[in-house]
Amino acid sequence: MNPLSRRKLITTGITAAAGASGLAVAGGLAKRYGLIPPDAGGLYGVGETLTYAAQRVLTSHSMAREFSPSQISNPPFANEVAPLGGTFKRLQEGGFADWRLAVDGMVARPASFSIADLKSHPSRSQITHLACEEGWSYIAEWTGVPLSHVLDVVGILPQAKYVVYFSIQQDWWDSLDMADAMHPQTLIAHSMNGGELPVGHGGPLRMRVPRQLGYKNVKYITRLTVTDDLKRFGQGLGSSSPEGGYAWYAGI
Amino acid sequence: MSDAAWVATSDAAVPARTVPSRHSALVRVTHWIATLSFLALLVTGVEILISHPRFYWGEAGNINTPALFKIPIPASRSSVPTGYGYVLPDQNGWSRYLHFQSAWVVVLTGLLYIISSFFSGHLRKNLLPDRADLSWRTFSTTIANHLRFKPPGDEEAWSYNLLQRLTYLLVIFVLFPLVIWTGLAMSPAIASVFPTAVSALGGQQSARTIHFFVSVALVLFLLVHIMMICLAGLRNRMRAMITGRYSTDKERA
Repeated sequence: MNPLSRRKLITTGITAAAGASGLAVAGGLAKRYGLIPPDAGGLYGVGETLTYAAQRVLTSHSMAREFSPSQISNPPFANEVAPLGGTFKRLQEGGFADWRLAVDGMVARPASFSIADLKSHPSRSQITHLACEEGWSYIAEWTGVPLSHVLDVVGILPQAKYVVYFSIQQDWWDSLDMADAMHPQTLIAHSMNGGELPVGHGGPLRMRVPRQLGYKNVKYITRLTVTDDLKRFGQGLGSSSPEGGYAWYAGI
Repeated sequence: MSDAAWVATSDAAVPARTVPSRHSALVRVTHWIATLSFLALLVTGVEILISHPRFYWGEAGNINTPALFKIPIPASRSSVPTGYGYVLPDQNGWSRYLHFQSAWVVVLTGLLYIISSFFSGHLRKNLLPDRADLSWRTFSTTIANHLRFKPPGDEEAWSYNLLQRLTYLLVIFVLFPLVIWTGLAMSPAIASVFPTAVSALGGQQSARTIHFFVSVALVLFLLVHIMMICLAGLRNRMRAMITGRYSTDKERA
């Protein structure tokens, strides 16, 4: 072996070793700071982890853009949903007076809120963009109780890492990490464009997460569960989306 | 890494009889990684596009708002009126996963290529046009040769002509950055961190529309690139980009 290729071999070896240990350190740090998404195990886990970790680091304090009333889309587009079942219809006939949002899991004071209860809490209104992963979008004004406020009322335990939320629609649930759950623009929305939230848009209650795509904004929510481990829910991938082939994190 | 790539990186160790390497190992490896990523991005991009084959200008757009233009193809969502009586299967889940994973691969590979090209002299020697070549005369001669489908001579086998240099610079420093920028501008999380990156493009729907046109430009580049390689000698050029070896001997080519 001539000297040049030996030097090259040593350099390559050192570079490879440095690269491998660098990756191991990065992986350890990512895990420690909660930068690994629950669906990181699959074929696309590397790309998904890079996207989630990079966006989480960048967006820790960023605010979704808010628009002026003149930019509100009229009429907004309501995407189709699976047929609403008998329970929903019954609650709808009663004007949603019996609709309840249960909050349980790692909380000091589990609670159940009616729509009227939620409306008595401080609310926030914001004109934001809702983009669907398909490519279309609209701008509307949403009013609701910040999720962080509800979490403060029930008192989340310090080890809480995720908030799981369930729709009245079977097999439709999702979860947020604490960065998005405690974000001031994350709302449990009950009103839209100055009126009640229409059923087509998820009324009476919809999770509104303006820093993520439409499918993260689950309609007809009935329950919030605070947890430190997503493995206990469904197939353990963080939401029903990865079970249907879609990414858990929808910031892109 | 193959033996051939290994030899190619250490020219001093190559016996004198061997033809010198046409492309450095780094250029060859990054070229093929970029090729695979680009094909994955293209296929998944088309899959994502067919879920809503309508384009808009501005911040927001949906089937209740007038389209800037529509692609006359069936859609993978029943909510989009296309005029076709059927709906294609939804492929967006894996398409989005693979689109972003390939985007990471091509962006990191591209950064490695640009940084190393800057330091190795590849950028200066092989891509930036010679000052002497930057004349209207050279430009028009090169274009005329291309229009006549004149195969390149041996002098062009070892270096790029003016038109090639300008095209590669356009792809590397204009089209790729633009397709990355417009792609990121569609992300609601990125828009929250860099709102100006979205408004400078005219809005999130404008970003999507520009992303589409830049992708079309990149596909046109790919088609012309493949056509030129066939014209110049497919086997020889492919070998040059795979093993680094290139022959100017017509019988061996």
